[in-house]
Amino acid sequence: MTDFYAIDSAFSEEERAVRDSVHRFVDERVLPIIGDCYVEGRFPRELVPELASLGVFGANLPEEYGCAGLNNVSYGLIMQELERGDSGVRSFASVQGALVMYPIFAFGSDEQKRTYLPKMANGEIIGCFGLTEPDYGSNPAGMITMAREQSDGSWVLNGAKMWITNGSTAQAAVVWAKTNGDKDERSIRGFVVPTNTPGFTARDQKGKLSLRASDTSELVLQDVHVPADAILPKSGGLKSPLMCLTQARYGIAWGSVGAAMACYDEAVSYACNRVMFGKPIGAFQLQQARLAEMLTEIVKGQLLTLHLGRLKDAGTMTPQQVSLAKRNNVSMATDIAREARRLLGANGILAEYASMRHMANLESVYTYEGTHDVHTLVLGQAITGLSAFQ
Amino acid sequence: MAVCIKRAADMETRFKIAANGTSVDETGVKFDIADFDGFAVEAALQLKEKEGAGEVTVISLGPDTVQETLRKALSMGADKAVQLKTDSVPADALAVARVLAGELKGGGYDLVLFGRMAIDAANQSVGPMAAELLGVPCVSAASELTIANGRGTARRELEGAAEVLEFPLPAVVTIDEGIARPRLPSLKGIMAAKKKPLEVKPAQVGESRVKVIKMELPPERTGGRIIGEGPAAVPELVRLLQTEAKVL
Amino acid sequence: MANTFAFVESRSGELRRVGLEAVTAARQVADATGGGDVHALVIGAPGIAAKAEVIGAHGADVVEVVEHPGLALYSPDVVAATAAERIGAGSYRVALFSASAQGRDLAPRVAAQLGVALGADVTAFEASGDAIVVRHPVNTGKVIATLSITGTPVLLSLRPGAVTAARAPRTARVEAIAPAMDPASARVVPKELRAGNTAKLDLGEAPVIVSGGRGLRAPENFKLVEDLAAAFGNAAVGATRAVTDDGWRPHTDQIGQTGRLVSPDLYVACGISGAIQHLAGMRTSKTIVAINKDREAPIFKIADYGVVGDVLEVLPVLTDAVRKAKQSH
Repeated sequence: MTDFYAIDSAFSEEERAVRDSVHRFVDERVLPIIGDCYVEGRFPRELVPELASLGVFGANLPEEYGCAGLNNVSYGLIMQELERGDSGVRSFASVQGALVMYPIFAFGSDEQKRTYLPKMANGEIIGCFGLTEPDYGSNPAGMITMAREQSDGSWVLNGAKMWITNGSTAQAAVVWAKTNGDKDERSIRGFVVPTNTPGFTARDQKGKLSLRASDTSELVLQDVHVPADAILPKSGGLKSPLMCLTQARYGIAWGSVGAAMACYDEAVSYACNRVMFGKPIGAFQLQQARLAEMLTEIVKGQLLTLHLGRLKDAGTMTPQQVSLAKRNNVSMATDIAREARRLLGANGILAEYASMRHMANLESVYTYEGTHDVHTLVLGQAITGLSAFQ
Repeated sequence: MAVCIKRAADMETRFKIAANGTSVDETGVKFDIADFDGFAVEAALQLKEKEGAGEVTVISLGPDTVQETLRKALSMGADKAVQLKTDSVPADALAVARVLAGELKGGGYDLVLFGRMAIDAANQSVGPMAAELLGVPCVSAASELTIANGRGTARRELEGAAEVLEFPLPAVVTIDEGIARPRLPSLKGIMAAKKKPLEVKPAQVGESRVKVIKMELPPERTGGRIIGEGPAAVPELVRLLQTEAKVL
Repeated sequence: MANTFAFVESRSGELRRVGLEAVTAARQVADATGGGDVHALVIGAPGIAAKAEVIGAHGADVVEVVEHPGLALYSPDVVAATAAERIGAGSYRVALFSASAQGRDLAPRVAAQLGVALGADVTAFEASGDAIVVRHPVNTGKVIATLSITGTPVLLSLRPGAVTAARAPRTARVEAIAPAMDPASARVVPKELRAGNTAKLDLGEAPVIVSGGRGLRAPENFKLVEDLAAAFGNAAVGATRAVTDDGWRPHTDQIGQTGRLVSPDLYVACGISGAIQHLAGMRTSKTIVAINKDREAPIFKIADYGVVGDVLEVLPVLTDAVRKAKQSH
């Protein structure tokens, strides 16, 4: 990827070194196998220990918990490079870091942090994030998973969650449930549930045409009994899971730029090599227009995430700012992937080329972590002060 | 142990000659530890891990831009770094060797490693020259290396053969392809590198009797002629090899 | 008039062709500067003196011979010290070595001992005023540097094949000399010379190289590459980094940026996509043939003749055709 706008000069040496390490990892370990994994519908689990020793999980969490202690721009660059490989691989890291390790770090007791975080950083414990339900996606406040407190302080959970990345392979699930009737969103609390607890089952959702190199599962909790210390003590209300989502969405704003870069690089290389009518197709005006559009959108996306990362590191980033970046970047990435696929012609439908795989994956990224439309309304409300959600 | 490393351009670059005609244009070029030097750093780290002890110091001659290169080696696991500060690396390998030998002398190193050659200048000279100046034994272009009980054994690849040599420590060894692939710096390693000591010392660069008077691109290779598809293309290929290329 | 020095490389009692290239180059210098003798040095086990005649036949006026039972194998300390002593004792403008595996070890040691500059791996050189101007490929051959080297003498190591060994017969004066140090006291001790498969031509010397990459799909299929090499008769077998990293072929077969740099008359790339680091190793081949099923593979851009097809199907047919072509000669 050309550094057309000299954005590299705006990163510190450390940030560039982080990006280059993950970049090399993706080139050497992910790209050679990911096309096949996607076709087979298999997440490359064998890469988890390597991702862990690289230090990718919870990379922006403190060193005292066995994490790399990187700043948020570095974290973003990690997500960018992972998704340059595949959205499914980046989803694994997003879930592990932003949706499982982060809530334990932000809302957990010291005991929970010490018990879980180091082992999640080194990949020994894989986690999943149980918020979305079969009937409650864009509207998590409506969830019906319940947690009933017992006389001894322990809890019994009942409910179902859906579209849960890592669900079937996780050893620990961070499950969000209402503790006071199904109408009270303020009673939502988080629970760390060991997945081998009786009553907890996870089953992979089959038939996906997107994010195929990722495990997506349904979770069913039937009278799952967890001890009192399973609750995340500082969690409370919908705000808690939403804070986690903000972390993940921040990473996705960067990740989608990575996917766009992968498609752009593939398109440029193809355009310069593929000869038709006596010259490379990159010499024709329509293809050049495609490539110019792609480069422009990628540069804009990069500048957006860079500034967002600096705001996050300064402690002033707002969820609405993340919405703007996630919405823009995922949308532009899906367009770039589709245009790259078209530029590749018939070859573009083959799994040995990345664009169509990215194109299909990005449809999930467009929808998850707050659909494009939801983020549109977040911005609308931020602009006007008026809610258009209902 | 010490490892001498050089900051070199990524060889995948499509090089252009700078306006002065005597150097390569560095605009937009990515730099990293020179290829063989990366093998040497990795070899040193593996020896350290095998021994369970020992310290690896990386040394580089050049301007402040080499600090990033030294920190890369630190992030791989080297313990200390030294920048021998000078504006530009001389083209004369002996001048480079003299500066490095000056730093290495008195360092108490049992083993000093170099890459077989700098991937850019490609002289393959600095390592053995430095050894001579230090007065220590040297094996160059080792494709296998074992160290035990103060002695080393190395294998060198020759044309159609290989030789095995033994030598006492302290020694200089230059490292060839085949010993080790440089490890990926972990993210924690990158963070740790910032805290490791990196000393900057002014370099006393003596006379350089080699000067670059021109750099140029070799004649462009023409190619791209597809003569046919599948086994059916073979007769035409053979005909062209016989009549046109005259190699058959 | 200054004399010119040439170190003549030998192995196992035989002179190596690159050694005679150095003598030829020295002869060319002497003839071009209109005077001065060519002094050649050869070192080996007792019996090597018999090679002095061949050295003379390639233009040496004086052949200095060191024979010692402890020098059957290349002993770097002894050979370097001896060459340095001989060069130091004469008044040479230029001292020539080969940029072979041995020469690239030897020449820098000698240069450092004498405190003079070395122009390594040069493809051409000439005197220019009080400097020697050389050409030397840098940046994996993507750039050619012209360097000016001053001092006396200037040491040069010649890229194998840069000069073609040529006869320039004369009767050389042979001088037997002692090694500069006792081989028994050498710190670096040569233990063993492991000859490679002597039936195999070395990649650096073969006029034809047939090379295989990932497109062969499985290590067993390298047999097809070997068959084609055998059909040519004068071919060596090479490999890409991808397949040597995977263990299909030994590292020593790897052609590329950090592997072997080759420049044969004919390079046949079988199932090789043409990664930049591989091209760095073979780009200077005179004629390049590429066989790959991917029409877009970068290798085709530098191939003189490209065949788009499955290498597993094309190779047997090509092998057959080459065999027949060779027979009809």
